[in-house]
Amino acid sequence: MKEQILTISSIEKLQDDIFKTVLIGDCSEISAPGQFINIKLNGFFLRRPVSIADYTENSLTIIYKTVGKGTKYMSTLPVGKSLQVLMPLGNGFSLEKIEKALSHSLSDAAAPVLIGGGIGLPPIFSLAKGLMKRGITPVVIAGFNSKSDVILENEFKAIGISPIITTVDGTYGKKGLVTEPFSELLLKLHRAYVCTCGPEPMLKAIHQLAADGQFSFEARMACGFGACMGCSCKTKYGNKRICTDGPILEKEEIIW
Amino acid sequence: MVNLSAMEKESQTMSFQPSYANQNSSPDKRIFDTRVNLCGLTLDNPVIPASGTFGYGQEFAKLYDINILGSISFKGTTPNERFGNPLPRIAECPQGMLNSVGLQNPGVEVVTARELPELAKIYSKPVIANISGFSIEDYVTCAKAMDKENQVGIIEVNISCPNVHNGGMAFGTSAREAAEVTEAVMSVTSKPVFMKLSPNVTDVAGIAKACEDAGAAGISLINTLLGMRIDINRRKPVLANKMGGFSGPAIFPVALRMVYQVSQAVDIPIIGMGGVSSADDVIEMMMAGATAVQIGAANLVNPYICKEIIEELPEKMKALGIQNINEIIGVIE
Repeated sequence: MKEQILTISSIEKLQDDIFKTVLIGDCSEISAPGQFINIKLNGFFLRRPVSIADYTENSLTIIYKTVGKGTKYMSTLPVGKSLQVLMPLGNGFSLEKIEKALSHSLSDAAAPVLIGGGIGLPPIFSLAKGLMKRGITPVVIAGFNSKSDVILENEFKAIGISPIITTVDGTYGKKGLVTEPFSELLLKLHRAYVCTCGPEPMLKAIHQLAADGQFSFEARMACGFGACMGCSCKTKYGNKRICTDGPILEKEEIIW
Repeated sequence: MVNLSAMEKESQTMSFQPSYANQNSSPDKRIFDTRVNLCGLTLDNPVIPASGTFGYGQEFAKLYDINILGSISFKGTTPNERFGNPLPRIAECPQGMLNSVGLQNPGVEVVTARELPELAKIYSKPVIANISGFSIEDYVTCAKAMDKENQVGIIEVNISCPNVHNGGMAFGTSAREAAEVTEAVMSVTSKPVFMKLSPNVTDVAGIAKACEDAGAAGISLINTLLGMRIDINRRKPVLANKMGGFSGPAIFPVALRMVYQVSQAVDIPIIGMGGVSSADDVIEMMMAGATAVQIGAANLVNPYICKEIIEELPEKMKALGIQNINEIIGVIE
């Protein structure tokens, strides 16, 4: 982790309150999908932690919902503006563990299942890309509240994945929650290895269904690098910090 | 009023030797002496990360050589392990933040057996042991354990915690109880004891004086100001604990005022803190009466802040015509 100066190269509105910002600069330290960055914004005391949706050696993409004043401000910044960014933060998803799980499981679980809920989907996209590079085609389930929240469908298709989309109100894709198509999948792939990011009730429901996997958590934090103890949680292996020991926790260590 | 100990006066008379922290700086910076003396302990500079904002140094040691720091006040220690308060524990405010971490720490045995040896690998100078408790016995337990640690140069006693034997009133809100904790801790350690005062009181100078009279070697202040935020969409407090400690640049004028008031009331050294975020703030705190200065919330938004302040201090001193930083301690009458 260190402070980098990244420059905004584009900002795109994906939905009324969802924006995609591409930042350019040294991103060579990012070591795994699921890591996040912490952005300093003028006029705000705390930085804004945002997950990485995509990255290369010299650029990264963030996709965020304008839920508060900070993210709203972020969405109005001009292209060319430089930002102070602490990065990369967090452990990220372990592709090695996914590969290991697949090699150990029966042939019926040959594909990992990736599930993203709402604005929890961006790091899942980054993970899917990483898996495709290793020759693993995951099954992707993306859940949203409504059609006006749907993001990344075309991006997934562009890398060769057709995501199963659900909306709570049925305005797009299958009506219902991500757990419904996931439960159907489990009838065929009952030992499916799952990687997921999204709201906590969704993570909890998936945790009850899945045999094994990696779960990405969110918490209010001050520093993002393990100093403030603002985002602590209890696990089977003692107290952990979502920011540095997470945000990804293993299925078996999670205590609800 | 003179608020320098005899030891500090002695250090003031020393010649302008180069500060250890600045040996690699350009030659014209070398004549600016940033060393200060806290009860016989010479710090290379007055900059100390505040307890609870720097862990045990490990996260920061990955970013820079933390040996440049004057000292480190490590995470507050209680006799037993504490998970702390439920989440959310953090709320943002204009120019600051609230925290209700709730003294999460692994307990004094783990701190001395595991964290301090690890800290010794990355930091070779004496550290400040910040201890907390919910009864006099808690403080005594922690002080006894810290007294045995060679690494510990100063014991800093956080008395902003509620006394479970007195209806949960914080020790630091009563001069009598603050003095009682001071005496109890003093009786089990030969190390200098700094009482860390709460700002949530009507007469901070009176409490500081009571600690001095009870034998405290120094005073640290201020702890966080009690605050609260409400999420107006959810109609609920932002913090799960409802209230939390307010820190950050917003509290600096309050902290400075209290450091000044205490420096007028006592003759023991003061470690000033509360919203300090720049070399200018450090100098201002020292002019108000602080011998050393702690940096708190600023570490969380800029992990390089202590390094930046230490590097900037000689330039600031040059600009202000200060050759020895001890010259400015308590210059405001």
